[in-house]
Amino acid sequence: MYGLKTDWPAEIPPRYFTLQEYEGSLPRWCPGCGDHGVLTAVQRLCRDEQLEPEKTVFVSGIGCASRFPHYMKAYGFHGLHGRALPVACGIRARRPDLHVFVATGDGDCCSIGAAHWVHAVRYNMNMVLMLLDNNVYGLTKNQTSPTSLKGRKTNTHPRGAWLEPIDPIQTTLGIQNASFVAQTVDWNPPHVLATLKAAHRHPGMSFVRILQRCPHYPNQDFVELQNNPAKLLLLTHADGIEVDDAVKRMFKNRQEHDPSDLDGARRLADREDAVPVGLFYRNDSADRYDRNTVEGLATSRRDKIAALEAELSRYEI
Amino acid sequence: MRTQAGTCAEAAAVSGPGRREPDACLRTAPAQIVEIVSDSGEGAQTAGQLFGTVCAKMGNGVWTVEIIPAEIEPPARSREGASGIRIRFGTEPVTNMGNKADVVVAFNEQVLYSRIDQDALRPGTVLFIDDKWAASSDARTREDYGKALQDFRERGYDVREIPIEEQTRKHTETPQRGKNMWVLGLLSALYNRDLAPAMDEVRLLFERRRKGEAVIELNHQLIRSGYTWGMEHLDQRFDIPARPHRESMVVMNGNAAVAMGCIAAGIEVCSMYPITPATSASHYMAGVFHTAGGFLHQAEDEIGAIGFALGASYAGKTAVTITSGPGMALKTELIGLAVMAEIPIVIVDVQRGGPATGLPTKVEQGDLLSSLFGQPGDVPKVVIAPSSIEECFQFMITARKLAETFRTPVIVLTDANLATGQTPFAKPKASEEWLSPPVDQSPWKKGVPAYAWDSETGLSARPIPGQPDGAFVLTGLAHDEHSHVAYASAKNQQAMRMRSRKMAALQKTLKPPKVHGDEDGDLLVVGWGSTRGAIEEAVDEIRRDGQRVSSLHIRFLAPIEPGLREIFGRFRRVMTVEINYSDELTDPLIDADSRRYAQLAWLLRAHTLVDVDCWSRVPGQPLPPHLIETAIRERLEGER
Repeated sequence: MYGLKTDWPAEIPPRYFTLQEYEGSLPRWCPGCGDHGVLTAVQRLCRDEQLEPEKTVFVSGIGCASRFPHYMKAYGFHGLHGRALPVACGIRARRPDLHVFVATGDGDCCSIGAAHWVHAVRYNMNMVLMLLDNNVYGLTKNQTSPTSLKGRKTNTHPRGAWLEPIDPIQTTLGIQNASFVAQTVDWNPPHVLATLKAAHRHPGMSFVRILQRCPHYPNQDFVELQNNPAKLLLLTHADGIEVDDAVKRMFKNRQEHDPSDLDGARRLADREDAVPVGLFYRNDSADRYDRNTVEGLATSRRDKIAALEAELSRYEI
Repeated sequence: MRTQAGTCAEAAAVSGPGRREPDACLRTAPAQIVEIVSDSGEGAQTAGQLFGTVCAKMGNGVWTVEIIPAEIEPPARSREGASGIRIRFGTEPVTNMGNKADVVVAFNEQVLYSRIDQDALRPGTVLFIDDKWAASSDARTREDYGKALQDFRERGYDVREIPIEEQTRKHTETPQRGKNMWVLGLLSALYNRDLAPAMDEVRLLFERRRKGEAVIELNHQLIRSGYTWGMEHLDQRFDIPARPHRESMVVMNGNAAVAMGCIAAGIEVCSMYPITPATSASHYMAGVFHTAGGFLHQAEDEIGAIGFALGASYAGKTAVTITSGPGMALKTELIGLAVMAEIPIVIVDVQRGGPATGLPTKVEQGDLLSSLFGQPGDVPKVVIAPSSIEECFQFMITARKLAETFRTPVIVLTDANLATGQTPFAKPKASEEWLSPPVDQSPWKKGVPAYAWDSETGLSARPIPGQPDGAFVLTGLAHDEHSHVAYASAKNQQAMRMRSRKMAALQKTLKPPKVHGDEDGDLLVVGWGSTRGAIEEAVDEIRRDGQRVSSLHIRFLAPIEPGLREIFGRFRRVMTVEINYSDELTDPLIDADSRRYAQLAWLLRAHTLVDVDCWSRVPGQPLPPHLIETAIRERLEGER
């Protein structure tokens, strides 16, 4: 335990944050909602990494998953449907000292906010994007989402969804400059935590799709996945997501996959016989827009005025 | 026009270029309006801006306005494709584009028709037209040229064919890219301008464009060539006496002023998406913002642009987003969020013709009511409108301060007229007080909620990520003072009241606007935004006849400036003059019951309960003073 070993030569930080210190309001998600487990994993991540609550910001849009910031004790921005990513990018732009997390859902990210999703992945600013994907619009009561399976009956498609769903992993892998693409399932908390930890440590935009159960409008696919874990395929690699053997043993099927192999990642995302969990792709050296946006951050007030005066002089007659 | 060839040249030989010796064909005039019109890409605007700068440098009052076609490269010699510039300059300061042109230099005859359509010419306007088309190898072009010139003469214009291209070709193989400089030389002769400042400005311009000495020398040659030709062939030249400036002056357009105002305000983030006519502000910023520690973000769309700005503001760096009408429409929902969550942000709307895509390059004042009321629910926010290019600069500093003090979005309404117009004004004296304070990272006082609304003013301190013990979640949901979702009904009422109260608190700090002219009278003309110069000029003109007319210009639209009802009460009638649509009482079906008013009139009627009349037009160009004058006179006569 922390701080108990008297022979430690380590400096003891003046503050230590317990799990409780990251707990915000009492979650109002339905009992059995997969979001609860993700919330716990995130609070554990903050504790394990000792993220200062005041330096941590959770940004969300609208939907069940977007209630996330309210349930954390940290700074939060609960904005508009689909618009979490531009706000998060704006926060990141001039505040490299902050830890930025985005909680979004399949409707929020892949439908109304799809343009921002594509561009935020390309911007590759340092933050964690958690896509809590339950394949349905829950808060507005059972409408088809862009990730709903073809044929799924909803209130907007009572005869079944017409079209094949968007694959968020495949789509993200297709965006230039994507730098971290991972997938996990809400019902395996240690894997969620390990994935989010790797995401948080990755320098750039970490896209994590979390398959998330909705108890109210359940997705039969997820129920089946949970009941038959053999369909899950654990991706392993020294550069991948680090999980201990106990977690590994939960997965009957495992595959070694080098996360620098983009073509391999795309082939994995295409597999219909298995649902891969783990790290599809990582590129630590992708361009990062937040290296550009901090330009001039240290400019002194005097230099700002000098720049203004120089500009005014250029227009002097 | 070549009748007196030699007269000016002889005079010049005696006096030398630029010297103010008496000259046989030199006449003094108080002011002039000159236009250069061409096909797109022939540099008319560059030449015009340079000419305007030279006039300003010499101490004249100047206003330049660009004539911009809708396309980048419309078909050559087309009426709709006219690209160019108007320069109005005179001994006194100039505040607007004025009425009809005195002189137009046209690179072809067809583009002149667009000026005729815009009612920019009068009988007697001198038209200098390139004569190259008379010798065109294309029979149709020769015919069109001949017909047009005959038509122009019949309309009473003073047509003068001049060899623009022929003379330019003596110096360059590509006269299309040199004619403008030759014309700059010609105008310098026509208006007795010093050549030295023109030469300096050309050097500066091409150095800025990273051109070599050869290009600069060629352009200098062309200017000298145009000047010499002018001195040899013009039978009439004008001198516009100047008053040397006592203080340093700068000259720029409204978009540059807005952008420079952002820098002056200490704003560090500008987030935008390209849109006409706002983009040039961002172009300017892209070039220099980093020198002042700023960053310009070109977002994926208008919504992303304001979202990014809002994020930066929330994180402590109050940001600006610059757009035009269609962009405002897209940003609507996030503006509502900024009101609800009380996040400071500055939004500049360079208004253009609407609705929808409307008139992208043309002026309109059509976004007033949508700025005030354009979001669902009650959305109290600050809306201000600069009335001059100088105010475009100043208002950005004010806007950032108001946004932070009142935790609110501030919308700054300019328009295409201010955006592209250029005029000199006193060089602002930069002050560190203008800059935003450093981001507050001190511990948040324990027990103070996220919205500790002062019960009288509605004001509250703004928590910024990084402040220990703050850790609030701001939300677009209805919330209480702790930023907790408001489930109790009284909470929503209270929060709405507090957000609204801030506007009253700001309004109490404002002074009533100053009346231009007498404090009472028969008619008060009320305007807002870019029309001030034209309205005041029209009112002054009518007042010279002894009529009891005054004008009032409103800069704070929300909260509205105080004391209006009292001021209106001192006039028998009140009307607004605006560049937006309103019904005319003389139109079919239109009566007092069905009439839709101009936007400010609508607002003032609701605010003051005074029967405010209006006269508004949507010509896609600034209102010239003479049209306003006619409208006011009609109102005064209708009264009798």
